[in-house]
Amino acid sequence: MSRTWAYLSNYLIYSSMAVYTLSFFAHAVETAWAVKIPDATTAKTLDYKRTEKVARVATAMMILGFLLLFAGVIARGLSAGRVPWGNMYEFSITGALAFSGAYLAALRKYDLRWLGLLVSIAVLLTLGTAVAVLYRPSAPLVPALKSTWLVIHVSAAIISGGVFLLANTIAAAYLYLDAMESKGERTAWAKRLPSLESLDQLSYRLVAFVFPLWTFAVIAGAIWAESAWGRYWGWDPKETWAFITWVAYAAYLHARVTIGWRGRRAAWLCLFAGSTFLFNYIYVNIWGSGKHTYSGL
Amino acid sequence: MSQEIQLPELGSVGLLRYVWRQLTSMRTALILLMLLGIAAVPGSLVPQRTQNPMAVSASFRSSPELSQWMDRFSLFDVYGSPWFSAIYILLFISLIGCVLPRTIEHFHAARALPPATPKNLNRMEFYSAWPAVGSELELARAWFKSQRFRVLEKDGTLSAEKGFTRETGNLFFHLALILILLGISFSSLFGMRGEAILNVGERFVNTSTSYDSLAYGKLFKDGKLEKFILTIDKFDATYNVVTSAPEDYTLNVSLRTGDLTTTEKRVIKVNSPLAIGNTKIYLQANGYSPVVTVRDSKGNVALQGAVPFLPQDSNLRSIGAIKAPDADPQVGFVGSFVPTYQRSDGNGAISVFPQALDPRLLLSAWSGDLGLDSGVPQSVYRIDTSSMSQLGLKSLKPGEVFTYAGGSITFEGYVQWVNLQIVDDPGKNFALLGAIVAILGLLASLFTRRRRIWIRVGDVVEVAGLAKNAAPGLEQELAIFTKVLKGEK
Ligand code: HEM
Repeated sequence: MSRTWAYLSNYLIYSSMAVYTLSFFAHAVETAWAVKIPDATTAKTLDYKRTEKVARVATAMMILGFLLLFAGVIARGLSAGRVPWGNMYEFSITGALAFSGAYLAALRKYDLRWLGLLVSIAVLLTLGTAVAVLYRPSAPLVPALKSTWLVIHVSAAIISGGVFLLANTIAAAYLYLDAMESKGERTAWAKRLPSLESLDQLSYRLVAFVFPLWTFAVIAGAIWAESAWGRYWGWDPKETWAFITWVAYAAYLHARVTIGWRGRRAAWLCLFAGSTFLFNYIYVNIWGSGKHTYSGL
Repeated sequence: MSQEIQLPELGSVGLLRYVWRQLTSMRTALILLMLLGIAAVPGSLVPQRTQNPMAVSASFRSSPELSQWMDRFSLFDVYGSPWFSAIYILLFISLIGCVLPRTIEHFHAARALPPATPKNLNRMEFYSAWPAVGSELELARAWFKSQRFRVLEKDGTLSAEKGFTRETGNLFFHLALILILLGISFSSLFGMRGEAILNVGERFVNTSTSYDSLAYGKLFKDGKLEKFILTIDKFDATYNVVTSAPEDYTLNVSLRTGDLTTTEKRVIKVNSPLAIGNTKIYLQANGYSPVVTVRDSKGNVALQGAVPFLPQDSNLRSIGAIKAPDADPQVGFVGSFVPTYQRSDGNGAISVFPQALDPRLLLSAWSGDLGLDSGVPQSVYRIDTSSMSQLGLKSLKPGEVFTYAGGSITFEGYVQWVNLQIVDDPGKNFALLGAIVAILGLLASLFTRRRRIWIRVGDVVEVAGLAKNAAPGLEQELAIFTKVLKGEK
């Protein structure tokens, strides 16, 4: 029974990777067609209908990939009879799910389709590493993870992570376009992308939106640590880096609200804060010591 | 709020005041918070005494000079170091000095009415005007009331303000940080934390001598240890047959508290510690203790009992030392215990499963001075064999005897041991309360917008708005307001 679920989960995840690949190509084609425009004057008269169709396919694939991945993560959980957050393979597939989910959620509100190229490649890379390097057979949880707090703490941490990385992607796009604009005009394909101003606002809003959730994830971790390890805070490497990420984003928010940072400086600070999160996920899980070693590697 | 008081700035007083003002500015608090973040980094890269003392001693062995130099800067005790403490104590002072005056100021401001409508509304960012009908003021009053703005009415104008929750939330957030810091300090002053390794069947009486390691807070009194006696009845560990990963640990204990006359049966698990008053008992680690009997050449017992061994891998291959100082001459055994034995080509005996399915005790016997009287603290898991001579090597199954020149050792069997952590942390509830208030404050301050809306009605209706911190959304709000005034709703 549990074997069947585990196999099903693997197939679903492979299929979602195939669909994300299609989405990636569709986004790429859409962008490429836009790039081929010879100069700005013809750009105005170009018929966008053709690219519009491809773009719709790209987004549809993104949604389908998300659904397949979602089903894959659920099946993984069913195969082990628990939430699918027991080792780093499972954190990665759920993280990829959260990231593409954050993108699709933001897409409903903002014109973000252009970001699909970056999102699909990032999801593919995450899933690829998960499948190729991090894969572990489905197994029950170790005693320390058997707690309701697993669901609360890890879901909050993973969702915040997904949104932080989305904000990072947007901040990176900001810096790229900013560099382009400061050299002159945007190239034709980039003209369809949102203004620098709105990118700046968007990454700020995403961070402001999940910062409380991140705070909650850290506090939930502390409450859990109190019952599992006998202390709520012990400067374990993972705890330390969670704190550093928290301070970095707090600095980012303060820099915007109190000192009024905008644009380039704010984007760099956002990237820096996001990289402390990634460092925690990659470095501390794989090479770090400490109590937080559930990566199964 | 800045009142320029013209005092002749007397050297030191003036300097003190200057330093205080600098220290308690929001900017300094922020810088200190960031410094705390940066200062936390080395502790996550360099092994810490409190978490990984083995790695610290390894560092001292492999590069003593560098390690000594690093030790001078407390790099192995970052989170207890003077410089780390200095940062958070300054942060603490700075937060208090920054937040308290702001709280008082905010308290007054929140009860004051908004300032009167400015003369030139058309200079505001959001401004619109249209011919008046006459009922606008009435409608505006009702709308402001329904939206819970605070309103000042004067000469045919309304000045309305909303969004004080932002500053309130902000202040609560910062006050909550202070509460968390207070909770932490309270714990470190009045708390205690200790560890004890106990074999199954053993009894633990909660007095300071029963602990393997024990740390009191600076103001914790010895007599304040909770009164209880704990007997380890049974320990069950189950493992996954495929991956060897542990699936469950259950510890059954008998507990006597209060006047110590009645006994209760209790269960301790990894995520559910046992609470006795304010004291909590956690199941932290476990392993095997081989049970041995050491005899001298005449057959007299020199040592008998269970000796805890330290697990080395996930299949619980464990190492340890059996020391018989009462034998003459002294004997010691450097040992390794494997719960499920298998021979491997390269590594000798290994364990292939953490449960004791086919246990073996591998011993190397040494005779000579164990060095227990030298005064140098010794690990219970190791023997310094440099001044001893080897008597022989042997692998034993339960029940077997290893006879060497001058005596024998019998491997009687094994029991399991558990490592209990016993903690009294009186400040943690303050810290938790602080954490909850911090989140609520943060939500309030991040998601409310402070803004003012004005309306002046004469021949024309003039409406204008101003958002603090360029918060978005005012434009839509004004659009709604305008619709209401024009009766288009
Ligand atoms: C003060 C206490 C804690 C803090 C600050 C904390 C912090 C974090 C952070 C930042 C993550 C996000 C993912 C990442 O960056 O890798 C995370 C994930 C996780 N935490 Fe905690 N945590 C704490 C306590 C605990 C406890 C007590 C447990 C379990 C016994 C636990 C289990 C996990 C697991 C399983 C994950 C998921 C994936 C991962 O390791 O990356 N955490 N925690």
